[in-house]
Formats: sequence, C-alpha cells, structure tokens
Amino acid sequence: MLGLDAARLEADMNRLMAQLFHQGVLDEQFMQLQQLQDDSSPNFVLEVISIYFRESEKMLTNLRHQLADKEVTDYTKIGVHLNHLMGSSSSIGANRITTVCIALRAASEQCSWARCLRCLEVLEHEYCYLKARLHELFQMEQQRVIAAGVRYRPQLA
Amino acid sequence: MGGQNRGLGSSNGGECEGCRRLKARFLVLCVLSGFVGSIGVFWGLGSYGCRGRDLWEERAQVLVEQSNLSKNQLQALVLLLSSSERTFAQCMEKSRASHDTYRAEGGSLSCIREAICFEGKRRRGQQDCVRDEIVRVGHCAVQNEHILVNPVPSLPKNEYMIDTSQQNFVSSPVQNDITLLKAKKLINTAKEHQKLLSKILWWILLGLLVLFGLGELSKSSYKQNHQQKHLQLQNSKSGGKWMKKILYMGVFLGVLVSVWIFVSMNANIIERRTETLANMCDERARMLQDQFNVSMNHVHAMAILISTFHHGKNPSAIDQVLHSQRELFEQQHGWKIKKMETEDHSPVQDDYNPEKLNPSPIQDEYAPVIFSQETVSHIVSIDMMSGKEDHDNILRARSTGKGVLTSPFKLLKSNHLGVVLTFAVYNSDLPPNAIPQERIEATVGYLGASFDVPSLVDKLLQQLASKQTIVVNLYDTTNSSSPIKMYGPDVSKSSGFHISHVDFGDPLRKHEMHCRFKNEPPLPWTAITTSIGVAVIVLLVGHIFYAALNRIEKVEDDYREMRELKVRAEAADVAKSQFLATVSHEIRTPMNGVLGMLQMLLDTELDATQQDFAVTAQQSGKALITLINEVLDQAKIESGRLELEAVPFDVRDVLDNVLSLFSDKSQVKGIELAVYVSDQVPEVLIGDPGRFRQILTNLIGNSVKFTEEGHIFVSVHLVGEVKISNNITSPISHENAEVRTNCRDKSYNTLSGFQVVDRRRNLENFRMFKSTTEPSDSVNLLVTVEDTGVGIPEDAQSRIFTPFMQADSSTSRTYGGTGIGLSISKCLVDLMGGEIGFVSKPGVGSTFFFTAVFTEGKKNSGDMKRYHFDATLSDFWGMRALVVDGRRVRAEISKYHLQRLGIQADIATDPKAALSAIFEASSLSGTSKLDMVLVDKEAWGEGSGLAFPSHLTDLRRNGSTIKPRQSTPKLFLLATSLSLTEIDELKSAGYIDCIRKPLRLSMMAVCLRKALGVGIKRQQVRGQPLALQSLLKEKQILVVDDNAVNRRVAAAALKKYGAIVTCVASGKEAIVMLQPRHKFDACFMDVQMPEMDGFEATRQIRSCEKKINELIEREVSMDNGDVTHWHTPILAMTADVIQATHDECLRCGMDGYVSKPFEEEQLYSAVARFFESDAVDPTF
Repeated sequence: MLGLDAARLEADMNRLMAQLFHQGVLDEQFMQLQQLQDDSSPNFVLEVISIYFRESEKMLTNLRHQLADKEVTDYTKIGVHLNHLMGSSSSIGANRITTVCIALRAASEQCSWARCLRCLEVLEHEYCYLKARLHELFQMEQQRVIAAGVRYRPQLA
Repeated sequence: MGGQNRGLGSSNGGECEGCRRLKARFLVLCVLSGFVGSIGVFWGLGSYGCRGRDLWEERAQVLVEQSNLSKNQLQALVLLLSSSERTFAQCMEKSRASHDTYRAEGGSLSCIREAICFEGKRRRGQQDCVRDEIVRVGHCAVQNEHILVNPVPSLPKNEYMIDTSQQNFVSSPVQNDITLLKAKKLINTAKEHQKLLSKILWWILLGLLVLFGLGELSKSSYKQNHQQKHLQLQNSKSGGKWMKKILYMGVFLGVLVSVWIFVSMNANIIERRTETLANMCDERARMLQDQFNVSMNHVHAMAILISTFHHGKNPSAIDQVLHSQRELFEQQHGWKIKKMETEDHSPVQDDYNPEKLNPSPIQDEYAPVIFSQETVSHIVSIDMMSGKEDHDNILRARSTGKGVLTSPFKLLKSNHLGVVLTFAVYNSDLPPNAIPQERIEATVGYLGASFDVPSLVDKLLQQLASKQTIVVNLYDTTNSSSPIKMYGPDVSKSSGFHISHVDFGDPLRKHEMHCRFKNEPPLPWTAITTSIGVAVIVLLVGHIFYAALNRIEKVEDDYREMRELKVRAEAADVAKSQFLATVSHEIRTPMNGVLGMLQMLLDTELDATQQDFAVTAQQSGKALITLINEVLDQAKIESGRLELEAVPFDVRDVLDNVLSLFSDKSQVKGIELAVYVSDQVPEVLIGDPGRFRQILTNLIGNSVKFTEEGHIFVSVHLVGEVKISNNITSPISHENAEVRTNCRDKSYNTLSGFQVVDRRRNLENFRMFKSTTEPSDSVNLLVTVEDTGVGIPEDAQSRIFTPFMQADSSTSRTYGGTGIGLSISKCLVDLMGGEIGFVSKPGVGSTFFFTAVFTEGKKNSGDMKRYHFDATLSDFWGMRALVVDGRRVRAEISKYHLQRLGIQADIATDPKAALSAIFEASSLSGTSKLDMVLVDKEAWGEGSGLAFPSHLTDLRRNGSTIKPRQSTPKLFLLATSLSLTEIDELKSAGYIDCIRKPLRLSMMAVCLRKALGVGIKRQQVRGQPLALQSLLKEKQILVVDDNAVNRRVAAAALKKYGAIVTCVASGKEAIVMLQPRHKFDACFMDVQMPEMDGFEATRQIRSCEKKINELIEREVSMDNGDVTHWHTPILAMTADVIQATHDECLRCGMDGYVSKPFEEEQLYSAVARFFESDAVDPTF
C-alpha cells in the first residue's frame, strides 16, 4: 500500500468521485463541504461524514423499527425522522438518499405502509452503497495522504 | 377554483330553486285537485238528496190522490145507496146540501193534505186538524142517518162504518207519516254518506299532504346529511328507493281507495234502488189493499143497509131462495132462475146474453141475482149458487159472516180476471158470538161485489202516473205452490223484484204483489266518475311525485358527480400546489448549487470573457429563481390560499427599503429615484408589509427597467387628502400644476423636469374616490409610481395585468422579465382591498397608482417589523437645514427626508433667496442657527449645484458681514451620480460631503452623522465575500440545529467568514444560551426541530427579551453598557422556501431567513440588515 503512487491514488479518487457524481449519488453540496475544509479543520469532511453516518444509522434503525409492524406505524414520527435524515443528507450532498427520502415521505404522507417499506428498502440500499463508496474514498484519501506525506488539501474544485 | 366553486354553488342554488318551484306547483295542484274532487263529490251527493226529496214529494202527491179517491168512493157509495133505494131519494136530496158541504170540506181536506206534504214540520198539528174534520164528517153522516132512519138500532153500525172510514182516513196519515219518516231517513242516510265521503276525501287530502311533508322533511334532512358527509350518499340513495316504494304503495293505496269508493257508492246506489222499489211496491200494495178494503166496507155497509131495509119482509127481497120458495120467487120476479154456464166459463164470449142461459137445475137453494148495478144488469136472475166458485164463496160467507173472496177467475161477460166478494145478509140480529149454524139459518141473502182486478189496479197505477218505471204483478198465493196471476204482464223469471203482501180482508186468501223496475238499473255514473276522478287525481299526484323523485334523483346524481369532480379538481389543485412547492424546492436546490458554484467560479481567477459568461449564467440563474418564486406566488394567489398578514409596520421604512434595492440600478442609469410620503399618513400601519413591499418592488422594478432618463417618483398619500386637494395645487402634487415653461429651456415642473402623464382623470374612476364616506379606523393609501420611461403602447394597455402578458413580445427581448409581476401586484392589491390602475403615454412615461386599505397602528408597539433598527435618530433633533433647489418638488422630498430625521428644514428655490437665508441664519445663534445646507446638484440646471458654494464664498468674501467660520452651515450636495472629477470638485467647491440619491433615512443619517460628527460612525467596505467576512468577523453566532451534520456544516460555513460559532442542538438550549446579557450577536435557528421547533424557541426568546427590556426601561439608571435594547437577530434556517414558512418566521419574531445549505449572497443580505446600520456608502 505504501508503495502506491500518490498521484495514482488521487486519480482513482477523482474517478470515484466523478462516478459518484455521475450516478447522482453525490451533488455539489459535497463539494461545498470539501471547500469548507481548511487548515483549521483538516479532517472536516471525514468528521462530518462520520457524524452523518452515525446519525443516519440511528434514523434508519428508527425507521425500520417504526415500519416493523403495520398496525403500530406512526407516520408522523416517520416524518420527523425523515426530515432529520433529509436535512443531513442534503447537507452532505447525498443526493440519491435525499431523493429516496422524498419518495418515502410522500409514501408516509399517504400512510401507505407497503410503499413506505419498499422505499425504506431502497433507502437502506442507497445508504449502504453510499457508505461503502465514501468509505472507499476516505480510505484512498488516507492512503494518498500517507503516500504524499503531506497534509491533504482539497483541490477538487 | 374559487370561481368554479361559486359556479357550482349557484347551480346548486338554481336546482334548489327549481325544486322549490316544482314543489309549490305540487302543492297547488294537490289542493286544487282535492278541491275539485270534493266539489264533484258534494255535487253528486246533492243530486242524490234532491232525488230523495223528489221521491218524498211524489209520495205526498199520491197520498193526496188517495184521499181524494176515498172521498170519491164515499160519493159512489152514496150514489149506490140512492140508486138502490129510491124511496130514500128524497132523503138523499135533503142530505145533498150537507153532502155539498161535505164535499167542500173534502176539498178543504185535500187542501190540508197538500199542505201536509209541503210542511212536514207542522204535520202533527195538521193531523189533529184532519181528525177534527173527519169527526165533523162523521157527525154529518150521523145527521144524515138520523134523518133517514128513525128507529135507530143500526146507528151503532153506521157509526162503525164511519169509524172504519175514519180509521181508514186516520191510517193513511199515519202511513203518510211513516212514508215521510222513511223519506227523511233516506235523506239522512244520503246525508251521512255525503258526510262520510267528504270525510274520506279530506283524509285522503290530509294523507297526501302528510306524505308530501314527510317527503320534504326526509329530502331536506338527507340533503343536510349530504352536505355533511359524503358517506351518506349511499343512504340517501337507498332513501330515494325507499321513497319510491312508498310512492308506489301510496299510488296503489289511492287506486284501492278509488275502487273502494266505487264499490261502496255502487252498493249504496243499489241499496237505495231496492229500497225505492220496496217503498213503491209497498205503497202500491197498500193502496190496492186500501181500495179493496174500502170497497169491502161499502159492500159490508150495503149488506147492513139491505138487511135493515129488508127486515121483516118475507120472502126476503134478497136472493136467498130456498127451493121450496123458487116457484113463488120466479113468479114474483117474472123470470126464471138461471144457471151459470160453468162449461163455457173460460172462453171469452163477447155476445154474452143471459137470456140464452138455461134455467137453473133444481137445487136445495138458489141465489139468484135480483138486484145489480146497471153495469152488470146482465147477471140478474142468474143463480150464483150454480157457479162453483160463487157457491163455495156463498157458503163460506154465510158461515163466517164476513166478506169472503173467491180465487181469481174470469168474470162473466167482461171475461176479465176478477174476484168476487160475497157477503151474507142475515135476517135478524145475530149475537156477536153466533155459531156458523146459527148464521146459516139467519141468512136471508147475499151481497156480491165483483172486482175487476186489472181495471182496479190499472186505475190505481194510473193515479201514480209518473210511475212508468215500475212493473207490478199481482198474484193469488193461496195455493203457495202455484200462484195465480191476477194482474200484470208475463214475467220472465227475474231476480230484481220486491214482494209485498196484500191483505184483502179475507184471511183464507193470500195475495202478493211483485214489483220490479221496468228498466235495468242505469250505470252508476256518480260512483264511476267519482272513483275515476279520485283515481286520476291519485295517479296524477303519483306521477308528479314520481317525476319529482326522478328529478331529485337526477339532481342528486348530478350533485354527486359534481362533488366527485369537485373533489378531483381540489385534489388536482392540491397536487398542483404540491407539485409547485416540490418542483420549486427541487429546482431551487440544484439552482442553489449552480449559483453557488458560479459564485465560487467568480471568486476564482478568470479572464474577462470567462467572467462575463459566468456573470451572465449567474444572472440567468437568479432570474430563474425569481421567476419560480413569482409563479409560486401566482399559483398561491389563484388558489386563494394567500393570506395577508396584519402586523404593524412603518410604511416609510418599507419604502426606504424598497428604494435601497433599486438604488444601485438608478444610480447606474442616472435616474432620479425619490419617495415622498405625505405627513398625513400615519407612522405605523397594520397590514402586510411583505406584500406591500412586493407590489412596490414590482412597480418600481418595472419603472426602473423601462426608464432610461428622467425620474421615478413614488408618492404615498391618503386617499382623502388627494380627494380634497384635487383642485388645490399642493406643492407636492405637482401633476396638478400646469405645465410651466421655463424661460431658459422647456422643462416641466416635475422631479426631473421631464414630462409626465396626467393621472387625475383615471383616479376619479377609483371606487375610493367615488365613495364619500370611509370607515374611521381604516387608512386608505394611494401610492403613485411615476416614471418617465418608454410608456406602454396603447394597444397593450388593456392586457397589462394579464399574467405572462407583456406589452410587446419584443419587450421581453429588450428588457427581460416574464410579465407576471403586474398580475401578481394586481392580485395583491385586490387582496388589500384596493385598486390598481395606470396611465401611460408612449414616449412620455407611465404612472401606476394603487390604493390599499390598512388600519392605523399604535406607535410604540414593540414587535413592529422594521428593516432598520436605528435608535440614534434623535441625534439630529432640533437641527435646522436649508434645502436649496430650483425644483420645488425635489426640494419638498429632501425636506421630507430631513424632517423624518427630526431636522427642521426650509426651502429656497432661487440662489438669491438661498444666500440671503444663509446669511440671515448665520447671524442668529442658538436653536435658530442653520446647521446644514443641502444643495441639489442640478438645482437650476446642469452643474449649477456644484457652482453654488462659489456664490456663497464670493458673497462672504465681498460682504461686510463676515462671520466666524465655525458658525457657517455645512454644505451638502445631493446627487444621483457623481463622476470622479466631480468628486474632486466637490471638496474644492466647499461641500462637506455628497449625499447620494435616492434619499433614504438610514443612509442620510449615516452620512450626516459622519459629516457632522454626531454619534459613532464606522466605515465598512462593500464587496460581497469580503463584506460578509467583514460583517461576520469576530461576531458571536449561535447555531441551533438538532441535526449534527447540519450543525457542523453551518458552523464550518460561518467560521469561514470569521465568525465565532457556538452550536447547540435544541431550542431549549438556545433559550438558555440567549438569556439576556449574553454575548451573541446573532442566532441561526433551524425551524424543524423535535421537541421545540425554531418558531416556538424564538417566541420564547422574544418574550424573555421583552421582559428584560421592560425591566431596563424601568431602571434607566442601571448601567448596562451600550446595549439598551435587547433584540438578538434570529435567522431561520430552513430547506423549505415556501413563502408560508417565511411568513411564519416573521410572525414569530424572527428577523430573517436563510435557506439551507447556505447561499453566500442570501446569507449576506440577511445578515447585512442587522449590521448595515453601521455600514456607510462604500464611495466614502
């Protein structure tokens, strides 16, 4: 791993980012987020993203819990959770998750349990996908940082 | 949608009205038909009653005739008596006189009888009368008898006879009575029927009404339900079916009722008919019987007379002849006793000749006829014993002592069917209880009376002449198995006859009278018409109800359909607005991205072309966002969901704020932009400042867009003020002033000297100007936006307020824009209860004006929404200023702004006056000294303003009264735009500073403060990222967001601009953190938070601040630094950009609103409001 070239890692990262953007998994907000990272907070993006995953994990668990039983589903609570999830997702620019959230919210507004469940599955899938990709990204970045031997400075914009 | 609703409502109303009319028609028809039906029934019954009365009268007639008849019979008896015994002729003649009186009396009797017929009520008394008369008759007869017969043994018998006649007479009134009673009863029953029928009819009517009422009730009730619940539609449908079933049942019942009416009436008629028949039959039978009885009495009387007269004669003068006496008898009479031809009994012999008859064979005894009436003289000398019937009869009569009848047989000669009544005459008085043997022995002769039954009955029936309708048969039913017909036509066996028993006084003989109607009963037309009438009414009513029910059903169906359509339309509407909200949100998010990126791109190093492209892209994006907002607004206004706020606001502040928006553009274009608010307009109004601002922004924006040179002038007046001063030339309503040509150049007395259009005429069309009275608490504002732009083409003026319609398709190419702004403005003005209008002349300019209704607010309401928080306006109180301007209008505007700052201002319109005023003022001291002089850059034409101070210095240098420099007022130049050289000239010319137009309160305050050294001034450099940085640098900012990610991002973004950020995760923590005497300069609050949302938290913070402020106000002495008024700016952070959220933010006391994620420019404009009060125009 140490032997890998920093430039190659960076290229890989850019490719992955481009792919994610192309797929619509991420949007500009993620880039803005990266813009906010500077010397004063070198691990800002990572920090935010890890907060995001921690929070989202909770939200997803809650949602899954709420939708476990058709009879006791509280759609207003689902709406609250969803708003939370949507807010944080749009903040980090997780575009596809936001989209699925909107769909799920629409389903919950119509109190359609089956549709909610379907959306939740899609949401979980999207979430896992995003998590895996971002994990990959951060790993690459760390490797690149190590490889470059310098501190990471965003040049993506 | 509203219009559609209204349309639906009105159509519903129409249906309802139609229904009501239909129902009213029903009711009228029901009542009418009931009325007609009842009239018909009454009429029918009335005719029945009449018929009954007829019957009764007829009967009375019969009675009269009957009484006449008996009178005649009496007469006949007398005649008979007179003829039978000539010896008493004299006697009879003597009695004639009395007889005449009797006749007369009889006449009177008949008269009385007639009276009886017509005056039923006095019947009883009259009957008594009749009795009296009869008694008198009796006396009369007694007198007669008295004269006739001296030995008086027969007197009792005579009396008896009269008694019988009396009985007869008496009996007939009684019977008359009975008949009367019967007739009465008949009429009564008819009346009862009538009553019953009318009752039934009324019940039917009542039932119909009740049914109708029930229908109505249920209809209305389920209509209500309809309105309440859609679910109950099913119910109502079943209700309709139920109603129909009831209707069918009702119709069926009605038909049944009509059938029943028919049946009962028919039965009634038949019953009455049989009753009539029975009555008539009985009557005839009785009459016959009476007649017969009368005749029998005659015979009886005669028998007694004869026996009296022949008493003691031997051989008897009458026809009892024993064989032993035959010779003697024959000799005496001169004829032989002849025998009846029993063999030739039946065949009819017209040439009957008693001379041809054989002499009677030898028998024990004979009963030859020795004396007969003239009409039957042919039977004299015939031995009655020889006929079988007569023989039996004679024997029977002899043994019983009473009149005895034969069975019907053919009479001699006439050969008519007849009966013979035989009476025995006894030679001596018999004891009343004589045995038959004694009777036989006492017999001296017989008295026979033959009755020609057909002629008798015919005569009787002829008396009842009108009775052609009845067929009478008389039978002898002594032998019940084979009755012998005595009278009447042959009858084929028919059922409809009535049998009356006739007693002819012979107990051995039984007679019956059979009567039947000649004609078949007529069809019961009354019953048929009545029942058919009822049936028709019922069916008609049923049909009407059915039609109504069908109609109701149809209307209901339509209603349901409409309802569904409405629901669908509403759903579509909701979907539309949801779609708009979602789409706008969804578009805004990427647009924010685009704009943000473009902004970042502009921040990077770009060459000129790239810069240009990026700027263009950014502007397009911004335009798009504006458009989306406008479309959203339009949609909301159209759906009627836009609600206006009612919050206190300062209209002048709003105008300043709007003006500041366009200050850049107007300065660039070199247009004069000015605002004037009449001092009669209250300081604080209650209304929707946001919407008011929107209208103004639209109008001013348009004006700025279309004006290249000249001015844009916004004026606000009260409607009443303009109305009053319409003809008075007030200094500011310059449009009233006549065009004044300046001596130097052709200019108008307007703000910039350009020509403007005259709006007066159009204003007069406004509703507010027409109405003379206005409510006292409302403030009607008239806002005029006047420009000197290109104007609107005549042909486009009509559609200027139509959405997406621009004056010209080329307009959008030249000036951009969508043309939605004016339509939104119009809607908003309508919502504010005002009107909007415009006057435009191509090439001259346009003037837009609108009215709006607000209410006056209290001045010191704490939560008033302000764009500026300037507590230091009092710095300028008591200062004096001189406005030097050649144009009065412009000078007035400057004066207005100065007055708002508390500066007392005077106006000098020409240089000399100005100079003298300055000198005059500088000689004074104290409060009346002049603090400042404001000179317009173009006071008397191009560049004349700049040259003004030179006059002053010239004067000062030359003048005798040179004052110390410090007392000279400070000179300010008012200018829209200044070139760099002019800025240089400014200082050298002697001006302290230049105030850039458009004049605004905050800006003027800052400028004057700086120049005069009043208050604290801080200079800020504008330039946006930098400005933001400078605005936020070192500021303590609290970020409240429950979302850790958002919190982190927001904190990072704010930190980027140098702010010191503190984060909390909930509204409650925020409240704790923002307890007064905190260090925070601003707070960013997330709106959607669990437990306590941003609105609630803000509300609590504001209430807390208010308390503290009150406390501070009370303890003024308390030293708490510079801060005298706690009002922490709170900005909402929300991903939701819908206006409603914005409104909600403002309502709960937030100061502004930024969308998440942060957009730099928006963040700046939001933040700048709080920190701008320190900001100074960047030029200086």
